[in-house]
Amino acid sequence: MSVLGSPRGVRGASGSRWITLTGVAVLSIVASACGSAATQAPATQAASQGAASQAAASQAAASQAAVSGAVTVGSNQSDANPKAAYASLINSCASQVGVTATINTTDHGKFQDAISSYLQGTPDDVFTWFSGYRMQFFAAQGLATDISDVWAQIGSHFSDAMKAASTGADGKQYFVPIYNYPWVVIYRKSVFAAHSYQVPKTWDDFIALAAKMKTDGLIPVAFADKDGWPAMGTFDILDMRLNGYQFHVDLMAGKQKWTDPKVASVFTTWAKLLPYYQTGALGLTWQEAAQALVNKKAGMYFLGTFAGQQATPADIPDLDFFAFPTLGTSFDSESAIDAPIDGLMLSKAPKNLAGANALLACVGTPAAENLYMKSDSNDVAAAKDADTSGYNDFQKKSAEIIGSSQKIAQFLDRDTRPDFAGPNGMQHFLQSWLSNPTQDSTTFLQSIQSYYDQLPPLQ
Amino acid sequence: MLTPVPTGTEVSRSRKVRSRFSVLSRRDKVILAVMVGVPSLVTLVFIWLPVILSILLSFTSWNGIGGIDKIKPVGLTNYVNLLTKYQAFWPALEHNLLWLGFFLFVATPIGIFLAVLLDKEVRGTRFYQSVLYMPVVLSLAIVGFIWQLQYSSSQGFINNLTGHTGQDNLIDWLGNPNLNLWAIIIAAAWRHVGYITVLYLAGLKSVDPTLREAAAIDGANQRQTFFRVVFPVMAPINVVIVVITVIESLRAFDIAYITNKGLNGLELLSVLVTNNIIGEASLVGFGSAIGVVLLVISVGPIIVYLSRSMRDQA
Repeated sequence: MSVLGSPRGVRGASGSRWITLTGVAVLSIVASACGSAATQAPATQAASQGAASQAAASQAAASQAAVSGAVTVGSNQSDANPKAAYASLINSCASQVGVTATINTTDHGKFQDAISSYLQGTPDDVFTWFSGYRMQFFAAQGLATDISDVWAQIGSHFSDAMKAASTGADGKQYFVPIYNYPWVVIYRKSVFAAHSYQVPKTWDDFIALAAKMKTDGLIPVAFADKDGWPAMGTFDILDMRLNGYQFHVDLMAGKQKWTDPKVASVFTTWAKLLPYYQTGALGLTWQEAAQALVNKKAGMYFLGTFAGQQATPADIPDLDFFAFPTLGTSFDSESAIDAPIDGLMLSKAPKNLAGANALLACVGTPAAENLYMKSDSNDVAAAKDADTSGYNDFQKKSAEIIGSSQKIAQFLDRDTRPDFAGPNGMQHFLQSWLSNPTQDSTTFLQSIQSYYDQLPPLQ
Repeated sequence: MLTPVPTGTEVSRSRKVRSRFSVLSRRDKVILAVMVGVPSLVTLVFIWLPVILSILLSFTSWNGIGGIDKIKPVGLTNYVNLLTKYQAFWPALEHNLLWLGFFLFVATPIGIFLAVLLDKEVRGTRFYQSVLYMPVVLSLAIVGFIWQLQYSSSQGFINNLTGHTGQDNLIDWLGNPNLNLWAIIIAAAWRHVGYITVLYLAGLKSVDPTLREAAAIDGANQRQTFFRVVFPVMAPINVVIVVITVIESLRAFDIAYITNKGLNGLELLSVLVTNNIIGEASLVGFGSAIGVVLLVISVGPIIVYLSRSMRDQA
């Protein structure tokens, strides 16, 4: 006997037919609810994820507050190396100032995705974040605490560029920088030596080198953009080389239009590099592209120095880099570079304000940052007087190139509005251009500008 | 043709439901009220209330930060932007419909076909059932992860088996916007077929065997027996199968999101909702508008289909 009622053709058994009808009607209600539940499920999931980690954190803090000052730290450094480095930094500073620090680590990407609900709920006292507009946005919403008093103590350790990147729109500081890393063209010294390649200084040399690599059977330039953000680095550097740092920053802030012919020239220049890229780039992650470089399948890779994480310790001494070539414009002297800064911020109502302030004041010192660098050899300390003697060659060169750059940008998704830089916005537009570079440039740029224009005004 | 006669218990049960007050005790009524009332309340509060709030939010503009005073009503702007300015909307709608079409006309019929084959009690039928059902126990996120390893352009199984790993002849299953939707639809169908197979098999087992014997006596072959005798009798199960297929295809989210967050050819309405609402600066009103569109698409056809089926059955 079928569970859902008797077979058809039996008249008079209307009771079982009612059960059938109710059962199917309930199923349809559940079905429609499932369709709309998709909208709520991700939101509630993100909120409950944030709430769960805060509940644990506040419980730990509450139980320790009576004993000694306790400070909770929310961290997005989920990869092994950075996680260990942060732990040693925070614990050392905590013992120095006399607080007990608890670090709550969330997966890197999920931390960013949930940041809005995290900061509005019960966040940790201190949390890892990025500088630039990405920081200013949340400070302006009142979700971070002003730490100008901490900067009064640590300001001497940082350059003006660092201070500018840590300052909110209202002129107060909200961010303590820990490390940064440059976006450069990475290559293997042994591969260049084997084929007698020279490091290119100008764009024409760069293209010529790429053509030579292709005839030698290498992938000239590794490239991967499945995640959507790596392509932004190339856009940034070409925009800064061709149009200057100021135009780039204004474009990010919405003061210049995407329909400007200057922006069109960025894409026409970029198109000349496309034949030398890895095929199938839109299906590859940056880790796979970095592995192609490390495995000597690709000749060059333009990425942040964190690409070094994909190399084994034996290969790391063989890695080297050069600055993105100049394009022969008046802006070459700026030596502009993308060098995103990562650091810590104070949430809006920390339970232990004094303890958190002391912790941040300790973190923003050269000694503490050197401790971080011991465990993480891909970045360089943000403090200008940090001890660089412990750096490997790669780090020394990174510090040099950052130090010699006149203009430092933070990377597209940190310099512009988050809703413009995300998967709905620039990630999607850059990918659509990469998969169809011959499309009409005017309509393409117009679509970017219309998307920017229809974003709601920032409250 | 033989028709089953209702048994004694079935007739008396239907009589019981008819005459409400004489047989149910007060305790029975309280228990029934609680057993029906509590789930209804839960459904109302946790599903229908958010649905209504989402519909209301879709007429506002809000970035998810701040209280009710930060929510700005904007009328139909979100819908206008959605239909005219949002580049990803029409491709997403198209992809959802392609997904629905593939599931309805390819994946589900394959599932039904496998169920019919398994119903023949061939040797090893339990083994085949387990093998077919195994993908169903995996969440779609895991299915996406497994298939990503197969589809990887340089290190994946498929490309290495067919020798398409060089820079010249690479087949970019996940990065090529013309291919990747079909790639993940097949991955999702891999799971869906097993689900439909086992569901339909359970229904087939409950079909009265005397019907088939009668058809055989009348001289029907396998195909005619299935399409003319078994399939019509399975009408309630068919309705369930169709509803499930529609739900699964309109609900498609995990696998596209896991692959590449729904970019570059993998846009789906559910992923668009997520991308707009979850993130650092959310467009909550806009995302809710997309959610409302998804709601209308989900609820509309199902109501139409069910009302027609009920009318046919009556």
